[in-house]
Amino acid sequence: MARKIRVLVAKPGLDGHDRGARVIARGLRDAGMEVVYTGLHQTPEQIVEAAIQEDVDVVGLSILSGAHMTLFPRVCELLKENNAEDILVIGGGIIPEADIKKLKENGWAAELFTPGTPIETIVEWINANVKVD
Amino acid sequence: MSREKISEIKAAREKWLAERNKMKDRDIKFETVSGMAVNDIYTPEDVQDLDYLRDLGFPGEYPFTRGVQRNMYRGRLWTMRQFAGFGTAHESNQRYKFLLQQGQTGLSVAFDMPTIMGYDSDHPRALGEVGRVGVAIDSLADMEVLFDGIPLDKISTSMTINAPASILWCMYIATGEKQGVPPEKLTGTIQNDILKEYIAQKSWIFPPEPSMRLITDIFAYASKHVPKWNTISISGYHIREAGSTAVQELAFTLANGFAYVEAGIKAGLNVDDFAPRLSFFFNSHIDFFEEIAKFRAARRIWARRMKEKYGAKNPRSWMLRFHTQTAGCSLTAQQPENNIVRTAYEALAAVLGGTQSLHTNSMDEVLALPTEKAVQIALRTQQIIAYETGAPNVIDPLAGSYYVEALTNKMEEEAEKYFAEIERRGGVLAAIDQNFFQQEIADAAYQYQRAIDNKERILVGVNEFTTGEELDIEILYIDPEIERKQVERVKKLRRERDNIRVQETLDALRNAAQGTENLIPYILECVRAYATEGEIIQTLKEIFGEYKEKPTF
Repeated sequence: MARKIRVLVAKPGLDGHDRGARVIARGLRDAGMEVVYTGLHQTPEQIVEAAIQEDVDVVGLSILSGAHMTLFPRVCELLKENNAEDILVIGGGIIPEADIKKLKENGWAAELFTPGTPIETIVEWINANVKVD
Repeated sequence: MSREKISEIKAAREKWLAERNKMKDRDIKFETVSGMAVNDIYTPEDVQDLDYLRDLGFPGEYPFTRGVQRNMYRGRLWTMRQFAGFGTAHESNQRYKFLLQQGQTGLSVAFDMPTIMGYDSDHPRALGEVGRVGVAIDSLADMEVLFDGIPLDKISTSMTINAPASILWCMYIATGEKQGVPPEKLTGTIQNDILKEYIAQKSWIFPPEPSMRLITDIFAYASKHVPKWNTISISGYHIREAGSTAVQELAFTLANGFAYVEAGIKAGLNVDDFAPRLSFFFNSHIDFFEEIAKFRAARRIWARRMKEKYGAKNPRSWMLRFHTQTAGCSLTAQQPENNIVRTAYEALAAVLGGTQSLHTNSMDEVLALPTEKAVQIALRTQQIIAYETGAPNVIDPLAGSYYVEALTNKMEEEAEKYFAEIERRGGVLAAIDQNFFQQEIADAAYQYQRAIDNKERILVGVNEFTTGEELDIEILYIDPEIERKQVERVKKLRRERDNIRVQETLDALRNAAQGTENLIPYILECVRAYATEGEIIQTLKEIFGEYKEKPTF
């Protein structure tokens, strides 16, 4: 039997809007993944440290504070510094279309899910993009 | 209604039901957006125990079910108060002037996340967040710019600030002083509701005990020096946005309200000295009748408790006055123009529910901060309700509706069950510690999402009636240059102010925080010396410590 996919759901930045992060965390767990939730107000450093320590396949960032253009690149940069760029970075929140394009084009996010996305869509995306050996 | 009449109605209804049940209903769950099942029809049977004078009474009179003023909107319309703030104080000052020109009647300040969390703009944790979701305020110097050309004795201001509320409030008082407006003339509201931060909005700084001390210090100081100020806005809005049901919003908010009353009494205050300045803030979600019933029930529950349990004698202590904001969480990123329609229904529910002030969301708020055009439509929505629909002409026009009265009763009953549960758990602070509210809300949010995902609940444009169109809507962009400018500004302030005086005022505050004195005069001194928000918070953290939440989902 294949091992379970491991996901870190992380809430960077100073805002406390954790509804989305917690709903997604529960949804992914119910879909059979192993989910770690960081809790609120995490710095990129704390998130990357947790991702490596927990040996996750995916980091999901939930950002509703408008700081996404700072936070996504920073998390990716730190993953790279720690030779952990194989961890997929995905995310969601209040992120305008133009920024989504920019984040994906620059490789700062593998995929972004905006409000209204069914949990199933995220589950399918993770299953399709994470190779479990 | 007589017993015989009720039996007659019952018999007729049963006869009707036999025929009615032969008809096939649509295959959906008939329930409110909160998942509360509703009957297909309500009759006098459902409200047979309703006693008009006991349960409804007249507007402006106990138990205030029908409204807090005797003449309601015939006397004065609700305050149209759009929540706004972004960038530096200068940009927000321009937006406020625009809104006032457009006929808005009160201001409502949105702060950025570093301000909300007590960090100055040049703190490493503020990186990327300065001026993003609200205005960046680091010191009195910024507050002076924010209200430049806006006379504080003529306009009421609401400030959405919680953990550092005491500091921003002192900055406002000091700005008034600079304008020559004495504190007793200032009108407005600070949100200052820390309990719902632990429960839902999660923007906390200090642990509960010192946080509650700051709040009761504000109650005490305001009652003597700033008597027209609403010292707290006990908020259900964020509880609902976090995913709660209507009943949970109602029950948790009022439970928090009782906790503040008890804290004030425990701090040695007379309930009638501070209770008249307590105000509330509710969400108006999309389920029209449920929301109206919630507002009506809230007034009745509060009045009864304040009079009967807490022994308040001043009728103003019994009155639940509230601000409403339409539900951000009901808006959709897809087909955003539809949000104008959603917001209009929600705003109408708030007006029919007797709100004192109202913010209508802009259609693009699910995508970014609103553009000027979107804000204008949102404000016009309120003006159309006020001046065209006729809704404000009659007070509490839905009273006596079998459905609305039955639902109002049901709201009260369900809230009472939660009050008993919270009491059983040892009160609000204990229940927060037990993760009770947080888990209840998370469960409700998850169930709601499931219902959308499996289409038990239809969201127009999201899981039904979708179009493949690309999003074509202009949105507001915050120039990253703003952050650099604000960081420079706070650094310059630190170089140019009297740093010896700053240090003296911070030291005095630190000493006072170790004792039991009222801290507001000390904070006011720090603010007057141009100590920054971050410096004041850091000083208090040294004594109070910081709150940590155990992450769960």
